[in-house]
This record gives sequence, C-alpha cells and structure tokens, in this order.
Amino acid sequence: MKIHEYQAKTLFREYGIPTLRGEVISDASQAVAAAKKIGDRGPWVVKAQIHAGGRGKGGGIKLCRTLDEVKINATTILSKSLVTLQTGSYGKKVHFLLVEESCEIETELYLAAVLDRASASIVVMTSREGGVEIEEVAQKHPEKILKVHVDPSLKSFPYHGRSLSYGLSLDVKLHRPFSELVSSIVRLFVEKDCSLVEINPLVITKSGGLIALDAKVNFDDNGLFRQKGIMKFADPLEEDPIDLEAAKWNLNYIHLDGNIGCMVNGAGLAMATMDAIKLYGGEPANFLDVGGGASTDMVREAFKILVSDSKVKGILVNIFGGILKCDVLAKGIVEAVGQVGLKIPLVVRLEGTHVEEGRRILQDSGMNIHATSEMGEAAQMAVTSVKGKF
Amino acid sequence: MAILVHQNTQVLVQGITGANGSFHAKACKDYGTKIVAGVTPGKGGTRVEGIPVYDTILQAKRDLRIDTTMIYVPAAFATDAILEAIEAEIPLIVCITEGIPALDMARVKRVLASSKSRMIGPNCPGIITPGSAKIGIMPGYIHKPGRVGVISRSGTLTYEAVHQLSKLNIGQSTCIGIGGDPIIGSSFTELLPLFADDPETDAVLMIGEIGGTAEEEASALIRQKFKKPVIGFVAGTTAPEGRRMGHAGAIIMGGKGTAQDKKEAMKVAGIYVVDNPASLGSTVANVLKKNTGDSYGDRIHVSSH
Repeated sequence: MKIHEYQAKTLFREYGIPTLRGEVISDASQAVAAAKKIGDRGPWVVKAQIHAGGRGKGGGIKLCRTLDEVKINATTILSKSLVTLQTGSYGKKVHFLLVEESCEIETELYLAAVLDRASASIVVMTSREGGVEIEEVAQKHPEKILKVHVDPSLKSFPYHGRSLSYGLSLDVKLHRPFSELVSSIVRLFVEKDCSLVEINPLVITKSGGLIALDAKVNFDDNGLFRQKGIMKFADPLEEDPIDLEAAKWNLNYIHLDGNIGCMVNGAGLAMATMDAIKLYGGEPANFLDVGGGASTDMVREAFKILVSDSKVKGILVNIFGGILKCDVLAKGIVEAVGQVGLKIPLVVRLEGTHVEEGRRILQDSGMNIHATSEMGEAAQMAVTSVKGKF
Repeated sequence: MAILVHQNTQVLVQGITGANGSFHAKACKDYGTKIVAGVTPGKGGTRVEGIPVYDTILQAKRDLRIDTTMIYVPAAFATDAILEAIEAEIPLIVCITEGIPALDMARVKRVLASSKSRMIGPNCPGIITPGSAKIGIMPGYIHKPGRVGVISRSGTLTYEAVHQLSKLNIGQSTCIGIGGDPIIGSSFTELLPLFADDPETDAVLMIGEIGGTAEEEASALIRQKFKKPVIGFVAGTTAPEGRRMGHAGAIIMGGKGTAQDKKEAMKVAGIYVVDNPASLGSTVANVLKKNTGDSYGDRIHVSSH
C-alpha cells in the first residue's frame, strides 16, 4: 500500500525524523491561509500529493516567493492532471496539496530502507547522489551507494548508522544525528510493516541540520491486518475505480491498456495467459486473478467488471480448476451474462476439477461461447475474435 | 526415490481442524500420502478423517515419527506454527498459507538457516512425488509418475505445465511449488541440487516469474554445475513496472526483475527457454528427444507404477 508524502511525514514526526512545517489543503482557496500559518515570510513550496514519483519534473512542485505565487501555483496544480514519468500518459488528478516552509540546501543525500529478498534482511542504503535520479546512480555507479544490512529480529545498532555516516564522510557534527535517523527509519520500517522507507532528498541545510525534504513510505499488504493505524491513510481517490470495485470482491485485478479482457485463476497462470495473448499479436486489457477459492458470486462480479470496461472487445477465460471448481466458475459466468448480457465474443478454456460439469453448464446456457481445451488455442482465438473475424 | 517426499514419508497437518486443513488432509490421504497426525491447539484428543489431533507438535512427536509437516494455519498465526515446527526439528516444513507478512518471513528465514529444517513455501501449492505422496493442494490426478522434475514459483501455472507434460505421456519425478512471496523458505538454488543428485530425475522444468532475482541466481548455479537439461519459462513478459501481479513477489521495481532479464540469464546458462506458455510440454518433449534419441520418452519417462 502506498501513502502520500504528507502522511509519510506525519509518521516521520512520530518517529523523530526531522521534517519541515507544512499544511495540507484540498482547495486552492485555502492556500494563502495555509502559507500564512506556516510563516509570514516565504518562500514557501507547494507540492502535489499523488502516489507517483517524478512530481518535480512534471510541474507538481513549485517554489513560491510571494503569497500571490502560492495562490497561483496552488490553483494551477489542483486544477489539472499531473503527468510524470511514473503516472502514464493520462496523468493523475491532484486532490491534495502540501504547502511547506522552505529551507536553504547545502547538500542533498539519499537515504532509504528496503527489504532485501536474498539476505532476508532490511537494507539501509545511502548516497551523496541525492535528488531525482537515484535509480540511474544504482545502475551506473553502484559503488556510490553505501549499504548496511539489519536483522529485522534485532533493532538497528549504532554501527549501522556509523558505517554509513563515516562512509559518506559527513561533517563530524552530523554523525550522531545521522545515526539516530538511521535507527528511526529502521524502527518505523519494522514497527509498521513497511516495504520501503525512502528520503530523497535528505538535505543538509546551510545551518547544518538534517531535514527529510521528501518522504516516501510503502507498506507490505500482507502486514496490514495488524496495522490498523495505517489503513486510515488509504486514499481511494488514487485508485482506478475498476480496481476498487474488484478489491471490494477480493479480486486481484489490474487495469491495462489492451482490448482483450482476461479472467484466470492463479497469478502465474494469469501472467502466462497475458503473455500468450501478446505472443499471438493481441493486447490484454487487464490482469485478473479470481483466486483459488473463488465463489460463484466472485466469478459473476469479476465477469461484470470485465464487460464494464468499454475498451474490452473480447473476453478470454482461462481456468485450470484446482480448488476452484470449473462448475462454480461456469455458474458465475452464466449468472453474469444473465444480468448484463454479452455483446462481445467470449472464448472459454476450462480444464481441471469438475471440468465436465463446467463445460455442460456453459453449453446448456445457450450462450455463444467459443470453447477449447488448450490454452494456446484459446489465446489465439481471443486475439482473432477482437479483430472481428468471428 | 525422487526428491524430498516419497511413499513412506509420515506427514503431520498443522491447522487440520480448519476448513482448508481438513479438506486437504483428506485429499492427500486419499491420494495415498501417509497423513499420521494433525495439530490444532485446544483440539487435542479429537480426530479428523480418522487422523489423531494433538495440541502441540512435541506431543505428536512423542507418539509418532514425523518427517514432514503441512501448514494450513491462517496468516496471522502461521509464523507461530512455522517456528513451532522448526523448534520441533521437523525435517521438512511445507507451508501452504498465503498472506504472511514479509518481515515475519525474513525472521523465519534467519531461524531456518541455523536449524535442522528445510521449508517449502509459504503461499505455495506444495510438493508431490506422483504415485507416491502428495503434500499440498494440487489436483493429484493430473500428475504421472516419471522422470522430469518440475519446480515453480506459481500454483495453477504449475498445474498447466504438469497437465501438458502428462498429456504427452511425460511423467514427473517430483513437482515443487516454491511459492510466490518475496522471501520464501527454499529458493530454486536450494532445491535444484537435489534434482541434480536424484538418479530418477533426467531433466528439470523450471517456471519462474517477474520480480526478484531468483531466476538469475538459479541460472548462475545451473551454468556452473547442473549437468541435466533444464527447460525454463518466466511468466510476466507483459507485466507493467511497479504493479504487483498478484503474488507479493511478482513486481518489477526500478526496471529490475523483468522477464527479459531473466530469460537472458537463462539462455546464457544453456537453459532451453520457452516463450509460449502453451508450449511447455512440447518443448520438454523436444529437449528429451534431442538429448537421448527419439524413443526416449516412450522407454523411460513413464515408469511402471
């Protein structure tokens, strides 16, 4: 799960990580009051709050020297969809704005904690190459990124921070605050089941202090059941409405750009089915894993979600029945078509548990279904079907 | 022999009184697996499908030899169940449960490293030696005894692969689903050497997916010291960056963990890479023919039992 910068900074303050003073607004008319509340004299910074990076380059972060500029920039940013390298070409509508005090920057550092699969530990990494292009640094100059591993069963020890701080050759006065910062982000990471805590940039100010200028915190979805406090940060406005509807039914759905709607059980088979579609020259409209233990209701709703996408010109159902039985699936599809009709081609491939019953239910329904028992053939048929050749 | 599990493997089921636990304990037992006991705290002394239930693993161990435990305990309590099994020195732990927090698995992984246990999963279909023992949720009937090992990060995609093999009359020695989470008990690199040493495995079908570097590490190992032919597939060629494709582990981050990278690494290691998931079985068949002559499949790949 992702949260906004201003929410991450609320957590930072809880953990003693230094941030600038800021106010969140959702309406441009509140901008000047928010800026005044922070301080009578600028400059101020207004920052678009969306769940995607690259905001600065996309025009979502503006330095404002006067209150007039605060108002103008706030109005502009809140009225548009922000397009950044990470949002896709449609961009993301900005619903919240963070108005923050500014500071004078001496140096920009990078500091982050992530879970490392290979070593089963938390890796804390830092670099003098703070700023926007940290992934490029990691690619081209891996030696410029310093790392320490922290055992999640233990806390962070002073040597973790020390190794990084001395490694960066920070000013003597900064070693202690930097080390404390490292233990704070590790504590936050462990206590809140994070998957990423990133401060980019972490700045050293002209007056010699450390400030988390940006804040990015992601959470492990599997840990959310024991992180009730984090759930209040969820922002439904950031989600694709179809994704939200799918989540309501416990369906694993991701909206994509193609025109072949896919319904599959199991994440691996769902990805493989999309791959097969692409291989035969088609484009999947979505990733949809109905899950191992799907009920008839879930299948019905999943099917309705697929046909509700106006871009979808054909549907491919690929089910390998294991725990999910083919007859349960077939009933769900028949119910959905009974409710919303079916105006586009439907290709169904069923195999596995209760396959005969499933095929019979579909056949008896009288629906116009293109059935096959092979996955490759099914994908091929689906690709042909959206080209209007059925 | 196959690997890890066989006819005489004695299996315990943790969480046997739950809906999933009891259903699959029965299905495994019906397949022929020796399910000898179950554990559910507070339900000791009862029976499920005729299988005796204990309150703790240590109590079960006092009465019975336990070779493997199969865990169906819900995610919130699964870490506790795994650690109990490690403490009881159960040699093989198969954890079916999905949704275990990654930090918990990081802690478990570190405990495993200095333990007497090996763990498969979590969030996996389990392990099966066809005709001998099924320890997991996979449909048993699609499998055939034989001499191709299958190892995979996926569930239903593994069934698809096995189905394709069996239809071509290519049997399997052992099939393992290692799980779709970022941190798992045993990765490809920890299990491939077992297939290498198994005289009853002639070739291995390895099914990976986007996210992490497990396929790259496996490829490096195969390149160095794996003599048997390996056929590889990576799911998720079409997956967009930054979106988690169902499995917690299946996500491309910062351009890393792409299917393309993984396939490249596989090719460099001499692995036969399959692009079309509909051709998994036929590729294995072709590789077997190429390596051993045309009649190979008919002669050896379907064993007699």
